[in-house]
Amino acid sequence: MNKIVKKEILAQGIKLLEVEAPQISKKTQPGQFLVLRIDEKGERMPLTIFDADFTKGTVKIIFQEVGKTTVQLGQLKVGDHILNLMGPLGNPSNIKNYGHVIIIGGGVGIALAYPITKALKRAGNKITSILGARTEALLILEDKMRDLSDKLYVTTDDGSKGHHGFVTDILKELIEKEKIDLVHAVGPTVMMRAVARVTKPNRIKTIVSLNPIMLDGTGMCGGCRVTIGGKTKFCCVDGPEFDAHLVDFNQLMTRLSMYLDEEKVALQVLKKKGVNGV
Amino acid sequence: MVSNRGSRLKNSVPMPKQQIENRVQNFSEVAKGYSIEQAITEAERCLQCPKPLCVKGCPVEVDIPAFIKCIVEGEFKTAIKIVKDKNSLPAICGRVCPQEQQCQKFCVLGKKFEPIAIGRLERFVADFEPETGSKINEKPPSTGKKVAIIGSGPAGLTAAADLAKRGHEVVLFEALHKPGGVLMYGIPEFRMPKNVVRAEIDYIKKLGVTIEMDVVIGSMYTIDELFKQGFDAVFIGTGAGLPRFLGIPGENLCGIYSANEFLIRVNLMRAYEFPKYDTPVKVGKKVAVIGGGNVAMDAARSALRLGADEVYIVYRRSRNEAPARQEELENTEEEGIIFKFLTNPVRFIGNDAGWVKEMECLKMNLGKPDESGRRRPVPIKNSEFIMKVSTVIVAIGQSPNPLIPQTTKALKITKYGTIEVNEETGETSIKGVYAGGDIVSGAATVISAMGAGKKAARAIHKYLMNKERNKKLENAYARS
Ligand SMILES: Cc1cc2nc3c(=O)[nH]c(=O)nc-3n(C[C@H](O)[C@H](O)[C@H](O)COP(=O)(O)OP(=O)(O)OC[C@H]3O[C@@H](n4cnc5c(N)ncnc54)[C@H](O)[C@@H]3O)c2cc1C
Ligand code: FES
Repeated sequence: MNKIVKKEILAQGIKLLEVEAPQISKKTQPGQFLVLRIDEKGERMPLTIFDADFTKGTVKIIFQEVGKTTVQLGQLKVGDHILNLMGPLGNPSNIKNYGHVIIIGGGVGIALAYPITKALKRAGNKITSILGARTEALLILEDKMRDLSDKLYVTTDDGSKGHHGFVTDILKELIEKEKIDLVHAVGPTVMMRAVARVTKPNRIKTIVSLNPIMLDGTGMCGGCRVTIGGKTKFCCVDGPEFDAHLVDFNQLMTRLSMYLDEEKVALQVLKKKGVNGV
Repeated sequence: MVSNRGSRLKNSVPMPKQQIENRVQNFSEVAKGYSIEQAITEAERCLQCPKPLCVKGCPVEVDIPAFIKCIVEGEFKTAIKIVKDKNSLPAICGRVCPQEQQCQKFCVLGKKFEPIAIGRLERFVADFEPETGSKINEKPPSTGKKVAIIGSGPAGLTAAADLAKRGHEVVLFEALHKPGGVLMYGIPEFRMPKNVVRAEIDYIKKLGVTIEMDVVIGSMYTIDELFKQGFDAVFIGTGAGLPRFLGIPGENLCGIYSANEFLIRVNLMRAYEFPKYDTPVKVGKKVAVIGGGNVAMDAARSALRLGADEVYIVYRRSRNEAPARQEELENTEEEGIIFKFLTNPVRFIGNDAGWVKEMECLKMNLGKPDESGRRRPVPIKNSEFIMKVSTVIVAIGQSPNPLIPQTTKALKITKYGTIEVNEETGETSIKGVYAGGDIVSGAATVISAMGAGKKAARAIHKYLMNKERNKKLENAYARS
């Protein structure tokens, strides 16, 4: 049982929870995730560890309310408990001084980009960040990311803030005028695919954090398998970060849609039960 | 009595089972177990051989004729005591051991007739007196030693129980959110009721074992860190949990599961009760399960219960080579699952949306025996054919879990990824670290994992007591 000690609403439908997890907080490195299960009937869900504070013995997670579990998670209050938390899982990011790193975070993926950016900054990299969101109201962590970045761009799909368009528009401009040693992109799969398509012809090393459906998170099921350079890898133990130019994004996208019907049913059942605020 | 015997010798008392029509629609246990009368009738068939061969076939050497004699005499409490003396999980072993390859294989009756149904009798006494065996005798005096057990499958559970009984403080670490290993996440309710597993786990807790769930050793704590935290010895029983795939084109299409994923969804996450439980599973109209072992049978029968119209077992060898338990093969056949023997998939074909729709297979012939002693399947040229499928479950075996070897550099492993141990003691290349079960043998059986847990517990106890003795001696010398 892991007690929730803090809750913040970062944007519409995007929330942060700080949860007691002493041992996980001691061990977490940037890029790692945990698997949680809210209650006895709950599903196992992977979430990136946004921040870990080992002096307080807590970890922070950020999530967007899209399916049953995230909506239910969003309903929990300070003092409530999460039944199971397991982690840290996955390989930590490869942190070193590359030189000039472009960080691209899309939507709730910015939460994942943050700890990596922090570590890369500390390792001495020059950081240029591009944050993308559907609209201004859904943009999170802008200030925190600005503090870490030498330069920061914002793009929104509807033009409500920053550049009206996609993160790749800015990326293309930067490629034209600057020397780039690494691109690290985290966000929706379509966005990561678009980034890979831009950097590949320019031969810029690009890392993406993949987010397939996971079950155990420890390499036991193979449900998280992704194709990397023609080879099957288990994202939870071989990843979650991979060379973007080798990823079969289309396959990842179809596999992510495997349970769309069931997700709708589960959400409806939750709504029928009348969970407040849904 | 004796006069009765002759006529009864021939066939064993059949196992009462749920009606086929009903059972394929529920997840309740198929085999209902013997009644008192049936058990006694079956037990009376035993010839009580003076030099019983069955005992030799039992990996933990249960005194089989003795417990069967007790059943004949209606002394069920004594019977279970005799069994539990050697086997701490009889309710489980009676249900899942491959008896036809062990004790029953050697039964003298079996030469002419059906062998004694030892497994069914074992299960009978275990179910009849579940309490007797779990009564906790007075707690042994504490040795002051602390042992960490990693993995809560049959190997870990057995080692934990045996060490606790010897007065050691035992902490059991399990990565998943429920203890029990394969018994919990792999073998379905209709074959291994979860309350049976839970009862065993409660018993182990009553012995004073602490169970910590959601702890992945290797990432949350390394083995070195366990020693630093004050553990005096470690037992690794992490099993063979890594699913193997066929490595053929199209295997990552939607609708293709590893048996592990499918069974974890169904058993551990209770997908058969979706949406009451959150985790879904997809079962199409036509399901093909690849493989011929227990895992394949469990997956196929689960798929049938989840509403598939047709379920196929596709196996590259013939029925004779299929490693599944005899009883499960029969149950699977009875339930109408269609066997395609000597058939091997070579590629999967998807529809436009990325879901599997067809599977191309090759027909096989049996050639010369391979290293496993079974005849090797050889493809027949130009025998390709297409099977329509909507769900595929790959059940061709599991490899050892690599997490601990990866994070414990000094641990010697074999080329198969299993941990190298001293056969007699389970000791690994690191002092104070022992291992047993599927992580050492590769995917095997519940009983062999238990046997390994028992052996290691004995060796760990000896190691800890010697250590203690040496310490005392050193202190005594230091003082003198
Ligand atoms: C579907 C299925 C059906 C089977 N049917 C039969 C049968 O009928 N008869 C039979 O005799 N055998 C059967 N088997 C085989 C049998 O279940 C295994 O041989 C046996 O369970 C092995 O026991 P174990 O204790 O070594 O490992 P497991 O039962 O695999 O348990 C290992 C445990 O360790 C945990 N673990 C792994 N890594 C870590 C880590 N790093 N940190 C913490 N915990 C960890 C795992 O989560 C797991 O719970 C079947 C297997 C399957 C999968
Ligand atoms: S989530 Fe099961 S293997 Fe990765």
